This record gives sequence, C-alpha cells and structure tokens, in this order.
Amino acid sequence: MSSNTNFLLAIEDLTVSFDGFKAVDSLNLYIEKDELRVIIGPNGAGKTTVLDMICGKTRPTGGSIKFKNRELVGLQEHRIVHEGVGRKFQTPSIYENLTVFENLEVSYPKGRTVLGCVGFKRTPEVLERIHKVAEEISLQDYLDTEGAFLSHGQKQWLEIGMLLMQEPQLVMLDEPVAGMSPPEREQTAALIKRICKGRCIIVIEHDMDFVSRIAHKVTVLHLGKILAEGSMEEIRNNPKVVDVYLGH
Amino acid sequence: MKNNVYGRIFGGKQNIVSLGVLALVLLVVLPVSLDIFRLNLVGKYLTYAFVALGLVMLWGKAGVLSLGQGVFFGLGGYCMAMFLKLEASDPISTKIQSTPGIPDFMDWNQLTHLPAFWVPFKSLPFSLFAVFAVPTLVAFVVGLAMFKRRVGGVYFAVITQALALILSLGIDSRQGYTGGRNGITDLKTMWGWDIRTHHAQYILYFATSILLLLAILLSQWLLSGKTGKMLLAMRDREDRVRFSGYDVSMFKVATFCFAAALSGLGGALFVLQVGFISPSLVGIVPSIEMVIFAAVGGRSSLYGAVYGTLLVNTGKSLFSETFPQLWLFAMGGLFIAVVVLFPDGLAGVFDLLRKKLSPLIEKWRNKPMPVGLPGAVKGDQS
Amino acid sequence: MMFAYTPSELWSIFVMQGFAGLSLFSVLLLMALGLAIIFGQMGVVNLAHGEFMALGAYTVYLCSTLVTNHAPKLQPYYFVIAICVAFIAAALAGLLVEWSLIRFLYKRPLDTLLATWGLSLIMQQSFRSIFGAREVTPTLPEWLMGSFKPTPNIDIPINGVFVMGLTLLLAFGVWLFMYRSKMGLHMRATVQNRTMSSAVGINTKLVDRFTFSLGCGIAGVAGAAFTTIGSTGPDSGSRYIVDTFLVVVFGGASSLMGTIASAFGIAQGQSILEFFLEGTQGKVAILLTIVIVLMIRPKGLFPGKVRAA
Repeated sequence: MSSNTNFLLAIEDLTVSFDGFKAVDSLNLYIEKDELRVIIGPNGAGKTTVLDMICGKTRPTGGSIKFKNRELVGLQEHRIVHEGVGRKFQTPSIYENLTVFENLEVSYPKGRTVLGCVGFKRTPEVLERIHKVAEEISLQDYLDTEGAFLSHGQKQWLEIGMLLMQEPQLVMLDEPVAGMSPPEREQTAALIKRICKGRCIIVIEHDMDFVSRIAHKVTVLHLGKILAEGSMEEIRNNPKVVDVYLGH
Repeated sequence: MKNNVYGRIFGGKQNIVSLGVLALVLLVVLPVSLDIFRLNLVGKYLTYAFVALGLVMLWGKAGVLSLGQGVFFGLGGYCMAMFLKLEASDPISTKIQSTPGIPDFMDWNQLTHLPAFWVPFKSLPFSLFAVFAVPTLVAFVVGLAMFKRRVGGVYFAVITQALALILSLGIDSRQGYTGGRNGITDLKTMWGWDIRTHHAQYILYFATSILLLLAILLSQWLLSGKTGKMLLAMRDREDRVRFSGYDVSMFKVATFCFAAALSGLGGALFVLQVGFISPSLVGIVPSIEMVIFAAVGGRSSLYGAVYGTLLVNTGKSLFSETFPQLWLFAMGGLFIAVVVLFPDGLAGVFDLLRKKLSPLIEKWRNKPMPVGLPGAVKGDQS
Repeated sequence: MMFAYTPSELWSIFVMQGFAGLSLFSVLLLMALGLAIIFGQMGVVNLAHGEFMALGAYTVYLCSTLVTNHAPKLQPYYFVIAICVAFIAAALAGLLVEWSLIRFLYKRPLDTLLATWGLSLIMQQSFRSIFGAREVTPTLPEWLMGSFKPTPNIDIPINGVFVMGLTLLLAFGVWLFMYRSKMGLHMRATVQNRTMSSAVGINTKLVDRFTFSLGCGIAGVAGAAFTTIGSTGPDSGSRYIVDTFLVVVFGGASSLMGTIASAFGIAQGQSILEFFLEGTQGKVAILLTIVIVLMIRPKGLFPGKVRAA
C-alpha cells in the first residue's frame, strides 16, 4: 500500500505486459508541481505506453498511478480527464470538421454530460477563455478556419490549446514538435515553458536540442525500465545513455 | 445563424426553406390531390418516417447502426393497440364470448381473465405514457449494457437483429397474451371517438404530419448546439472525445433512447391510422427496411428521411402490384445501389444539384455585370 | 414440465433430443464455420450467407433431378459427388460476389451489412423465379434413410449421423487447411497484419477473394447437408442467418474452438428447451439467454487475445 506523497504525480511499480512481453517493468516515477519532465529513450522503450496508462487508454497489469494522491488506475478515460489530466497524442488529433473556435469550445470543461451539452450556452466567460487560449497558442487569427486546413504545426498547437482549455494540472505531450520547422520549434518551446506554471508537464521527444531547451529533469527509458535520471547535462554525459540511445 | 432559441430550432435559412416545403407538401399538396384512401396510405408511410428520423439521429449523426428499430415501433404500437383493444372489448360488445369483457383472442385461447400486464392499459394516460416510456426503457437497458462495454458497429447491429427476432417470435408464440401471429385487430374507438371514419382518418393524418414536423424541429434544435457538434465528433473521432472528458457511451445511450421514443410514437400513430398491429411489423425484415428508408433519403438528412420513406414505400406499393416478381429484385438492387453508388441518398443528389445550379442562378441574377468577372459567386454560402 | 416423465423416459428424451440437437449443431456449425472465416478473418459481414447455403441445397436438388432423369443407375452414388458440386457452385458464386461487390466495401462493415442484405433479397427472388416458391427435396439415396435403434426407446436417424460425420470432417479439414497449409498461413497473416503481408509479397486482394469463396463454399456444403434433414425453399437461408451470427459472436469470432463450443451449446440448449417449452418459445428462450450473456460478455466465450488498446 503506497502512502500519500507530496508529489503531484507518483507512479510506483508500474508494470504492463502484452501476451507475456513486458512493455513497462516495475517503473517508479515521481514528478513535482511546476516541473517539466522530459522522457527520452529509443523506440519501443515504453514511453508512449506509460502515457497510455496514465490517461487510461491502457490498463496496467500491476502498480499504481497516483495523481494528487488519487489513484488513477481503473478509472475510465473521461474521469481521468476530470481529475485534471490532459494528453496530446503523437499524431495531431483534432476535430478536422470543426473550426479552431469550435475545437476549443468543445474542450471547455463545462457542459460535458448529455444534458450539459443540450443546455450549453456560449457565455462571455467561455468566449473570453477561448480567446485567451487562442492567443496563447498563436492562433487568434485563425479562429474561423476549419481544423483540416491548418498546417501540421498549427494542428499541434491547436491540440495543446484544447488541452489548456481543460485547465489540466498534468499535461502530457507526446512528440509535440515532430514535423515542425525550426522557428515553429522555438515558438513551441516558449509556449511549453509558459504553461508550466502551476502544473507539471511530461514531454516525450527525440529532438535533443529541443529537450535541452525546456527540460528541468530528464528520464531515460530503455526496455520498459528507467536507465538514468537527472539534468540534461548529467544525461548527456552518462555512458550508458550514450551507448543505448544518444550514440555519437 | 443566430444562437438564440429560434435560431437553433429553425437552424438557419436553408432549413427554414426545407421545413416550409415539407410542410406545404404534407399539409396542403397531398391532402388536396389525393383521395382519403391514398391519403391514409401516406399517413401510414409517415409513421414509418418517425423511425427513419430516429435512424438519421442514431446512424447518420452518431454513427450507430441499429437493425432492430422495429422493436421500438412495435412496442409503441402494441401499447396503443392494447388500450384500443380493451376499449373495444367492453362487456356489452363481447357478451357472446365465454368470458365477456376480455379481448376475443384471449377468449379463443381459453383465458378466463385479463393478464396482469394488460390491466394498466385500460387507462388512456398510462397507455400514452407507455408508448414513449416502454421503448425508451428497453433502449436504455440494452444501450447501457452494450455501449458501456464499448460494443459497437457490427456486433451491435447483429444484437439488435437478434432482439427483433426475439420480440417477433415471442409475440408470435404467445397467442393468448398477445394475439399471436394475427396480431391485435378489430380496433374501433379511442376514448369513444371512432377512428375508422373518414373524418377521423383525415384528422389522424394531419396529426401525424404535424407531429412529424415537430419531431424534425426538435431534432434540429438538439443538433444545432453543442450536442450536434459532439455527435459529429464522436462519429469521426470517438477516442479523442473521451480524452476531452466526455462519456461517449452515455451520448450513444441517449441517442438510442431518442430514436426509440420516436419509433414508439410512430408505432402508436400507425395503429391509430391502420387499425391493427402484428408481429410482422416488429421483426427483422421490417427493421432492415426502415434502415433503407433512411438510407435512400440520405442517412444524415432529417428531411431526407421523410422523402426517402415516402418514395420507397410508394414505389413498393406501385411496383409490387404490377410486377410482384420484379419487386424483390428492385428492393435488393436498391440496397446495393444506395450503399455503393449513392451513400448520401436523395439529400446527396439534391445537394449536388444545388451546387451545380447555384452559380448558374447567381449568374442569371447578376446579368448586367462587367465582362472581366468570370461568374464568381458572391455572398455567403452557409 | 420435466416432472411428468419417469427417469428412464427423461433419459431417452435427452438422448433423442440430444441427437436432434446434433443435427441442428451440424447445420449451425457448418454455417458458422463459413461465416466465421469471412467475418472473423476479414471483418466482412455477409447477411447473404444463408442464401449461399440455399444455393448448395438447390444444387444438390438439381443433381438429384439430373440423375433421376438421365442416369438412374447412378442413384445410390450421386450424393457424395453432389456435395462436392455444391461446394464448387457456392464457392464460384462467392467468387463472383466478392469480385463484383464485396471488394469495394472492405473498410465499411456497416455498409457491407446492408449491401449483402440486398444481395440476399436478390438471391431469394432468383430461387423463387427459377425453382418456384414451393419447397423441394432431392431424392436421397437409400443408405441415408431410416434409423437404427440401440434400445426400444431410442431412435437414431442415420441422416443425422451422416451430417454429423460430414461436419466433423469438414471442421477438421478447415483446421488442417488454416494451420497446416501455405494458403492458410497467408490468410492468417493477412488478417493479423495486412500491410506487412503485402510488403512481403502476399497478394492480399487474392487472399481476400479466396477467403470469401472458401467461406461461401463451406456454406454450400452446409446446404447440401441440410437437404438430408429438411426441405429447401427460397427463404430457407434466412431462417438460420441470425442464429448463425449469434453462434459466431457468442463463440468469440476469432476462435475455431469457440465456434464449435458455441454451436454445440446453442444447438443442444435449443433442442432441449424446444421439447419442454412449446414450439417457438424454446427458441425465444435460447435467443434471450444468448443476448443476455452477450450483454455481460460482449466478446463472447473465447475472445481472441487482443493487444491492449
């Protein structure tokens, strides 16, 4: 029985196996408020699977995930969202047929039950929030554009915006700069650093440059276990990590 | 489109026109041009349109295909029929029976008293309530069990088929309690009002039409706000919607119940206009046919559902009289054609025509235009 | 209900209903095998599957009429050949249907449902136009008739035993084919990972076509078997289609063992219940039971092992 902790997110002994193959093996991970943790590692290390388990997409075969001292394992996806967890997926997952405005509106944390939907009104508060988030993600001029017509980078930002609308306290970003140009990467780095206040953020990324710009702490996963943990400097100089992942 | 109540019910300029046209057709054109016999037939088809409407919401908007809507149509119909039958089986008219005061088929099956579940249907308010409540309750139970467990798509469709089979066989096999294969017939009056006269049939026709139009307005209102957007989002990206904090299964349950309630209403109106109900309207074949009504109209179009139902049923009557052998070929071919060639049905064809014609109309309207502009369309396209 | 009979009478009833149930089991299993192959392997739902069964039955009838009219001496031998012909006819018909219709609809299972329903209407009407609306029976060879009685109370029909034997043979044949032949390997590979299979040179389109034909061919054999226990009419196929689907879904669509167990359980359950509750009520009871179980365990009795999410 794990005890209460001061960490915002406390993962203990987390394990999941698929048909006998252990994708994640007795993982322990602790993240504090206002922390920006980056998880790196070779493909197949289990990074996305960890995020899947936190947000409820996959059920672990053992271990516990405590968020604000509340157990997340076993809850349904939408309940985990209500607890304050937000996830951005590897491939941009926005509502293509809705406009940017509508994408954000739909993510507003009120009116998410059937009756709530029917009675939902576009109050000034809602409008204000949408505009504020749109500015945050630099899409305030694109509010009437349909999702399908945004560029790849803009879709990624929109998805982050949709997360922000939910006012999450844990933000999980899976490869947020994949496919972005260098100026877009800079903008994204700035965005992520801005939204870090009052929350904890987990980022999965492969771009080491980007990682060094944003990370407070880095965790390296390999074969479902933690290989190393520390600041970017420490990781870069860790021989095991260089061997397995960083190469050169 | 205004975001107030009226804006949401009427859903914008285009929908007001569609509503107006449909209202004109149903309330003026048809009653004037058809005799009461044919009008009564149209009234019958309109009751099927309620089911098609429900399917547009369930299948077209929410992406859930049910092949068993006949169940809900039948449940609503049987509730109404039970009330009407009890009224027609008062002790005076049935005094020649061994047990007067109970329906004739119960008497033939040697029942000596009214079964317990029939008794509440002596009351009109209860029966009217049951017409909506019974189908909704069944849909709620089945929907909850299936959608909470993420059963969807083909599995769900097959299970709804099984439900249709279960209900039709169940009714069939219990002649004493339900009238069996012959159904419940010989219905005469509703609260003293004779439903068999021509006068009554006119009134029932108009009542059905108006209720159908109201149902369309209700559906439009539901679709116009956030609910409509969510249903669309769920149909295309169910997972993402979950991660936005929505309990997708409850939305599916709610839509399923809505479609069931509409179908139940249709069933009750059917019984009033046609004067009987039988298990042949409940089973697999009618349930799948109702899907084709919605498909022909355009599975996402509320107005299409009505036109599709009218078209297919009229075709069926005409065709099967003159070419009985060919009719089933045509029907089968229709299923295939709608799926392979015209997935958007009549509504799709109509939209295509509109897109092709509107630049031409604009050009014609703006004839005195400077030569340089190549027929570009100005103005909003909603 | 059950208490009106003596224990030995009850035993005889169970045994006889058991054998009656075995006939039903055979038909259901043969139908389910074909359907499971198509659905479990390809995700395609074929509502016209019953009509392919009827096609097999009508083929046997045709063979029977031909033999009776033109070569009466072949009468005792024709039946086994007719079964093979039924398989081929149904498989060819399946090939035609896959090529002209199904291959456009692979990504749209709900639409396949509707399209194959339309196909079933067309096929039913074709049967009606060609063979008439009345039911027909082929002339069965002598050795299939009659029954043998181990005890005075137990009457085991020979055609039931024959159908059972045929069913088991076919089930074994399917298993052999799927797990021991190259084509079977290709089929399983395509199901599990279409892109990879295509990348290693398996012609997935041909595999799909073959799979569909095989499923229909098996239905044709089911039809041939069906002629020994009942007569054939234009809508004989639709009589068992829902049951067959439930057998497949109940057993867990990706498992051969599941399909067999499910068909057995459902057939026996229905057979026994039909005796004690009158007529269709037995069928209603079993259907209701299946649906309730499916509501609790939607993946069926033996769900295939699926990788999480």
